[in-house]
Parts: sequence; C-alpha cells; structure tokens
Amino acid sequence: MSNALVTDKRPSTLRAASLPKWTPWAIAAGSLALGIGISAAAGLGSSIQWGLIAAVLFVLGTYGIAARVEGRRQARDRVATSLVWVAFLIAVIPLVSLIWVTVARGAKVLDVYFLTHSMGVVADTEPGGGIYHAIIGSLEQVGLATLIGAPIGVLTAIYLVEYGRGRLAKAVTFFVDVMTGIPSIVAGLFILSLMLIFKMQPFGFAGSLALAILMMPVVVRSTEEMLKLVPNELREASLALGVPKWRTILKVVLPTSIGGITTGVMLAVARIAGETAPVLLLVFGNPFINNNPFEGAQASLPLYIYQQFANSAGSGAAYDRAWAASLTLIAFVMILNLVARGIARWKAPKTGR
Amino acid sequence: MDISTTTDVPPPASHSKAAEQKRAARGATRPGDRIFLGLSRGSGILLLAIMAAIAVFLTYRAALAISKDHANFLTTFEWNTNVLEPKFGIAVLVFGTIVSSVIAMAIAVPIAVAIALFITHYAPRRMSGPVAYVIDLLAAVPSIVYGLWGALVLVPHMNGLFGWLNDFFGWTGLFSWDEGAPRSMLTVGILLAIMILPIITNVSREVFRQVPRMHEEAALALGATRWEVVRMSVLPFGRSGVISASMLGLGRALGETMAVATVLSPSFDIQASLLNPGGGTFAQNIASKFSEANEFGRDALIASGLVLFVITLLVNGAARLIIARRAEYSGANA
Repeated sequence: MSNALVTDKRPSTLRAASLPKWTPWAIAAGSLALGIGISAAAGLGSSIQWGLIAAVLFVLGTYGIAARVEGRRQARDRVATSLVWVAFLIAVIPLVSLIWVTVARGAKVLDVYFLTHSMGVVADTEPGGGIYHAIIGSLEQVGLATLIGAPIGVLTAIYLVEYGRGRLAKAVTFFVDVMTGIPSIVAGLFILSLMLIFKMQPFGFAGSLALAILMMPVVVRSTEEMLKLVPNELREASLALGVPKWRTILKVVLPTSIGGITTGVMLAVARIAGETAPVLLLVFGNPFINNNPFEGAQASLPLYIYQQFANSAGSGAAYDRAWAASLTLIAFVMILNLVARGIARWKAPKTGR
Repeated sequence: MDISTTTDVPPPASHSKAAEQKRAARGATRPGDRIFLGLSRGSGILLLAIMAAIAVFLTYRAALAISKDHANFLTTFEWNTNVLEPKFGIAVLVFGTIVSSVIAMAIAVPIAVAIALFITHYAPRRMSGPVAYVIDLLAAVPSIVYGLWGALVLVPHMNGLFGWLNDFFGWTGLFSWDEGAPRSMLTVGILLAIMILPIITNVSREVFRQVPRMHEEAALALGATRWEVVRMSVLPFGRSGVISASMLGLGRALGETMAVATVLSPSFDIQASLLNPGGGTFAQNIASKFSEANEFGRDALIASGLVLFVITLLVNGAARLIIARRAEYSGANA
C-alpha cells in the first residue's frame, strides 16, 4: 500500500513521508473484510466477535503500515487515534443495543389500554393488565420527593454560593459531595430503620423521603454551578441601589439562573424516577390502584418492572409487560432529559464565555 | 457553627481584611435578610444532619442485629437469619462487591478516558457535541433497564467469550468455566462497566477541557504528534481528575443494586473462577433477601448496608480530597 509518496527524488528534509488521507478508511475496510472472513472461516456466531476481530486487525494494520511509511512516532500517534475511535464505537454498541431491544420488545404490549389499566385482578402469567397504578405511584412519590428535595437543595446551594464562608460551608460542600455517592439502597435502608423503630408499614411517602435524600446533593451541585455563572456585576448593581441581599437573590440572582436551576432539578428528577432499590424496600409494590401515598403499599414504575421481570422467568406475558414498562420509563426519563437540556440552552445566562 | 451570625458576632480572625469589610458593610440586617439566611443555612445544616442521622440510625439497628449474631459477622460464609440461632456474615459480600467493582473499573476506566479524549481532542468538532450528548443519555438510563438488558442480551453473548477464555486461560483457574449459565461475577463486572462509563467519561472530559491551551500549543510547536501532546500535556494535567472520576465510578459500582440482582445468580460462597456463577454483592443481597426477611432479618440487612455505606463514604471522600488537592495547586487555568 505504499503510495509512491516515498520517491527517489530527495524529499525535503523538513517533511517526512506521510500516508494519504484516505488510509485509515482503506485500512478499516480491509480489516473489516478480513475480520469477517476469518470469523466466517472459524465459524464464530456472534457479530460482536467479528467486530472485535476486525478492530484488532485495524489497530495492528494501522501500526504496521504507518510504522513502515511514516516512522515510529507517527505510527504510535495513529494507533492512539484508532484506539480512541474504537473505544468510542465500543461504547456506542450497548446504548444502541439497549434502545433497540427496549423499543422492539416494549412496543409489543404498549398501548392505551396498557397505560390506563392496573394489574388489579390479572395474574402474572396472564396477558392484559397495565401500569396505570405504577404510573400513579411513581408520579406521586417522585413529585413529593421533588417538593422536599428541590427547595432544600436550591436553598443549600444559595447558602453555599451567596453566604457560605468558614467551616460550616466547607463541611456542607464536602458532605454534599460525599452524599452524591450514597448508594440508593443505603438511603432506602436509612428510612427503613426509621420505619422499624416507629413500627410502620410500607407506604409511598417513605419512598419519597429516600428519593429526596438521593435528589438533594444532585440539585445542590447543579444549582451551585448555575449560581456561580451569574455575573457579580448584577449583584453589585442591585446591592448598590440599596436592595437588601435577600431581595437581590430572589429578584436578580435566581431569575438570571432559573433556566439552569430548572434543568438541574429536572435531571435530578430523571435520576430518581428510575430508582428501584429504595422503592423496593419502602413502598413494597401493590397490584391495585392506591392514590394515597401516605397510607398503604403503592406501586411504582421501576419496581413494577423488577417485579414483573422477577415473576416471569424470562418469557411470557409478565416479561412483555416488564419491557413495555421499561419503554415507558425510558421514554419518560429521556423526554425529561431532552426538555431539561432544551431549557438550559434556551435560558442560558449570557456570560461572555 | 453559630446559627445567629448577625452584627454582633465578630468574624473569625482568619478572614481577610476585604472579607471583613464586606461583612461589616452587609452588617445592617433586616428581618428579611435574617430569615433568608436562616432558611438557607438551615438547609445546609439539615443536609449535614441527614448524613449524621443515616450513620446513627444504621449503626443503631446494625448493633441490634450483630449483637444476636451467632457467628462472626466479618468472616462467616452464611446468611441465615430466619432461625432461632441466626448466623450471618459479610465475607462473601465483601469479596463479591470488590471483585465485581474491580472488574468494572478495569474495563471502564481506559475506555472512559479514551472517550473523554475522543470528545475533547480527537472527534471532529461537529461530532463532539452529539457524542457527549449520547454519553449523557447512557447515564440517564435507569439501572433496572440495564438489568433487563443485561439478562436478555449481555448474558447470552457471554457464552462465546467465556468459552474462549476457558479454552485459552482456563489453566489459570481464574477463568475456568463449568459451562453453567454465564451469570457470574465477570458478567456483572462488564455490565457495571457499561453503567459507570458515562460518569467517568463526563468528569474526565471536564478535566481534559481545562488543560491550558498553552501547554498543548507548546508541545505542538516542538513538533509533537497529537498522541504526544496528549501524553505529555493532557494526561499529566488530568491525572488526578481521572483518578477522582474513577473513584466516583467505583462508588457507583459498589452500590449498584438492581442490575446486579437481575444478572447474577447468587450463592453464599466464593467462586475461585470469575466465570462460574455464584457469590453476591452487598446491594444485591439486600434486594434479594429483603422480601423473605422478618424484622430481625431486616436489621441484619441494615448491618450489611452500614458496611456498604462506610465503604462508599471512604471511596467518595477520598475522591473529593484528591479533587480538592488538585484545585489548590493548579493555578494554570485561573
């Protein structure tokens, strides 16, 4: 594949020989063909294995060819480039596969009936039934969690950015960071220990409390970032006019950053909406519709998915329902994400960055 | 931790003069100011109180359980709480949690760093935005859906890989396989790797973005190739950031519940081979034992949760300390 670039005319000593621009593509095509050939010959079934073999061939081929023509350093550079590309492609595979599988399997059962009926008198093995009760439960639990978690999170962020100095602020910052890493099941166990002490039965609001704990640090972090983006000139202008600090925060700082704060809160909501573990411990699950989050077991979407999956042994009506509910949940979370990012872009404070 | 910082409380001596003046200027407090400060500081204190309460209540319930444990809590290979003489221990769970997380880290960190480099230094400009977005979406997928996907797609795909590992590396003992369903620690590790990839990527990406342009341009001006620029200026600058990102990912992997519970087929023993099903993790054990546990059994699970809490606390705290240390001496990006 030497491309007549190494000519016998004395090349300029300042420019080394280099491969033409299309070389990576040619090597990619060659290694892909070779990879498929080898795999077919060896009788490997999985297309992922084919891809991996082709990827290895691609990296080796790139190194070999580049080392011959361009020298060691360039070859290493090319190998690094191709490894980075391969890593990216590897990461895309699971995402594509996951979305594909969820949509393909979920679309089988998902319809209006599924969204508007509960599992009331439907046995796990029977077809029919739906997720209405789970949607109600999820909305109530996540809504209550947001009502508790978002204000506390935003206020804490205001404290850290606008007032926070000294040891208390440092401690709060550090523990917010640490709190971000609390496993969701530990938050669930914490509320569970309270429920054991007060001899309470599972109910929806208990789940909300655990979810609120998971939500707060996320909200604090994102709100903090947003408040820091508000230019100091705005604060100073307001304070110079004699506006009290708290009104400055409410009327100047918050409106400027409200887009970013909303985004942060919505991303946090999207995160807790998919949490299963605390709900499993605290809300317990319930095939019937229970509109009251303060009394009696409730259902919730992620919990519904888990229970249908656990009762299905990998096929049948319950399994299909689990996938349909997954599709609903993913759609909900993704829409929340998209809207949140849209708001962020639309309402971004105009700093001179 | 004075709740009522108003005019009459002198500022700590450690503060700079400018801060003192600022404070004095703000001094005149109106009721609105005081209420607002109280509210926002109260929220901060509430957060600290929640953390303290988590530690206290978990410890309290855990102590109740451990005091009645008829076996050593740390070294027992058994989890039997519904009997007259309960015996339970976390040895298997510690092992499984650490092994699965280490596998996940070994796979995820290099790939995540490569993707972060891809986004910041390699991708065509028009591509880097959408790629970052796709990675964010990967982070938004609920863990239970990962679990379902793992059980349906990942587990069957593991058969080929496991057979291959067994053929070539089975002699090590670590990769011998008895042809069982591939619901083992390795599969769990791979699934966890996919799940923690986004967070490691995102944090590393932010760090790589902050590399001073001057460093890169200096390297380029000396004739460095792109890889040499990355190796000489980007990676050294981002090293501590990558370490802390990895530890954040590790924290996630340690506490992941549903994905592990749906993919692993658990047992209360330690498998020498990564390919044979068995073992368990803290979170998975809590989720799967919970429904059949009586009140004492729940306390026992809380005890194991306390250990998990402490482990993640240490990992996350360490990660933050590394970040903080780095922030102190990297004046380059001011």
